[in-house]
Amino acid sequence: MMFRVEVDNIKKNYGATEALRGVSMRVSEGEIFGVIGPDGAGKTSLFRILTTLILPDGGSAKVMGKDIVADYKQIRPIVGYMPGRFSLYQDLSVEENIDFFATLFGTTLQENYSLVEEIYSQIEPFRKRKAGALSGGMKQKLALCCALIHRPQVLFLDEPTTGVDPVSRKEFWYMLRRLKEQGLAIIVSTPYMDEATLCDRIALIRGGKFLKTETPQQIIADFDHPLFAVKASSMSPLLRQIRQIPQVLSCFAFGDTHHIVLKDKGIDSLQGKELLSTELERRGFTDVHINDIAPNIEDCYMYLETLNS
Amino acid sequence: MIWDGSFRKKIIKYVNSDTEPFLREGEIIRAEGLTKCFGDFVAVDHISFSVKKGEIFGFLGANGAGKTTAMKMLCGLSKPTEGRAEVAGYDLKWEVRKIKRSIGYMSQKFSLYEDLKVWENIRLFGGIYGLSDKEIQIKTDSLLERLGLEQQRNMFVRSLPLGWKQKLAFSVAIFHEPQIVFLDEPTGGVDPATRRGFWEMIYDAAEWGLTVFVTTHYMDEAEYCDRVSIMVDGRIEALDAPSALKSKYNAANMDQVFHTLARKAKRDE
Repeated sequence: MMFRVEVDNIKKNYGATEALRGVSMRVSEGEIFGVIGPDGAGKTSLFRILTTLILPDGGSAKVMGKDIVADYKQIRPIVGYMPGRFSLYQDLSVEENIDFFATLFGTTLQENYSLVEEIYSQIEPFRKRKAGALSGGMKQKLALCCALIHRPQVLFLDEPTTGVDPVSRKEFWYMLRRLKEQGLAIIVSTPYMDEATLCDRIALIRGGKFLKTETPQQIIADFDHPLFAVKASSMSPLLRQIRQIPQVLSCFAFGDTHHIVLKDKGIDSLQGKELLSTELERRGFTDVHINDIAPNIEDCYMYLETLNS
Repeated sequence: MIWDGSFRKKIIKYVNSDTEPFLREGEIIRAEGLTKCFGDFVAVDHISFSVKKGEIFGFLGANGAGKTTAMKMLCGLSKPTEGRAEVAGYDLKWEVRKIKRSIGYMSQKFSLYEDLKVWENIRLFGGIYGLSDKEIQIKTDSLLERLGLEQQRNMFVRSLPLGWKQKLAFSVAIFHEPQIVFLDEPTGGVDPATRRGFWEMIYDAAEWGLTVFVTTHYMDEAEYCDRVSIMVDGRIEALDAPSALKSKYNAANMDQVFHTLARKAKRDE
């Protein structure tokens, strides 16, 4: 089976800084592959290497079987790239931007209409408006439209939903699912953990290395510490006090509760609850609610972050 | 200005406001019928609300709902078309300069100069807010010590990791000890661990009395606020504590509340 993207031990340095320290991955047809990690972890460098915009300092990679260094000219027409910063022409209208990118790739909107129809129909009412005057959600739809205009085989999306409201984000991911169904391989980075669970597989990247590459379900299944959600009337002092408890590995705010990871993997939920309620009572909290919970992907991220920092 | 009836009414309203304070007990921001039009387009449509001293107030809404326009008015950067508001005890129409001195502002997009060193950024913003050299020097030392950035004093801001940059940007925004700080999507595009570090800093600042007015697209962050408002098509559709909103809309979390309300939006932009 041929992979759409094959990456082997890719390295990239900027002076003394090692941005990528040997990254490997495979992405298949119709797969959404998420690259998840903090700012400066190397996500953008990886995207720019695979779209042939910069050269790696080590390792090799192929896109649609073509080498990213030797065959870069053959790769460019078959990949779509949506960079993190909005990079369309602000002074051109929606229509003009689309025409421009279509012409660059020697095609027209009509020729690939079936692929972009669903997205284009949403921005069509504003086709005369300058791109710079669009709202965040509309800009992002236009950018996606331009990245797809030449019917690429592989789509690279670098934080496509940053600064986009929750409703528009959901719509955007719905569109990605539809593109996936058409066979496109999609490589996407995101700081939103709810989006990470929508990927087929994700790689957790940190300091230029993949910590783990798995399905989101498997990453969650691998979480093997006791986990509790805690609530009280004064959440800020609660957080500080929980972190003082010696048996606690980590504690972070998660919406309206704090999530606590215990160090001892052998503790069952009853013992854990009892331990926490005793400790918190001793520290003066009388109205604490404690529940044992199943981890989500964000718990897993924060756990790996705790281990690696 | 033509001396016509409407101007006279404004004067009377302003003079009367001295006898009866516009801000109620414990409030730091109050808006009544605040409106902004761009031509025919009503970006902010008669919003009325208040923010209490020392609270963390979340200002939510979809892209294009009018959040940024409303926030710009409250910061004195954009003149309201209609309505009245007071921020930190100053009138939005008549005392904009005083408002600007009483507030801090930070956004994800612009906050620090990347090509200036850490200390230079602090000195620049301190100077803009009229602090003396002596004050700036003393406060810079204590700030850097508190943030654990003494070693980085002479580093360019662009070479700091994002987490530090954000903490520094927040500290610089409240360097002149404002009563309120406006945070415009301070954590946009930021990973979960860095976001949490930033929010712990907001919590600390609120604990010693700072009022925080914050916009975000992360609905878990909405839960960290004392109260949140949700804007839809230029109007405030809901305003309450997160727990009250969740029970009102029968939702498990703020994400569901947001979806229920934002789906009502009619306008595309």
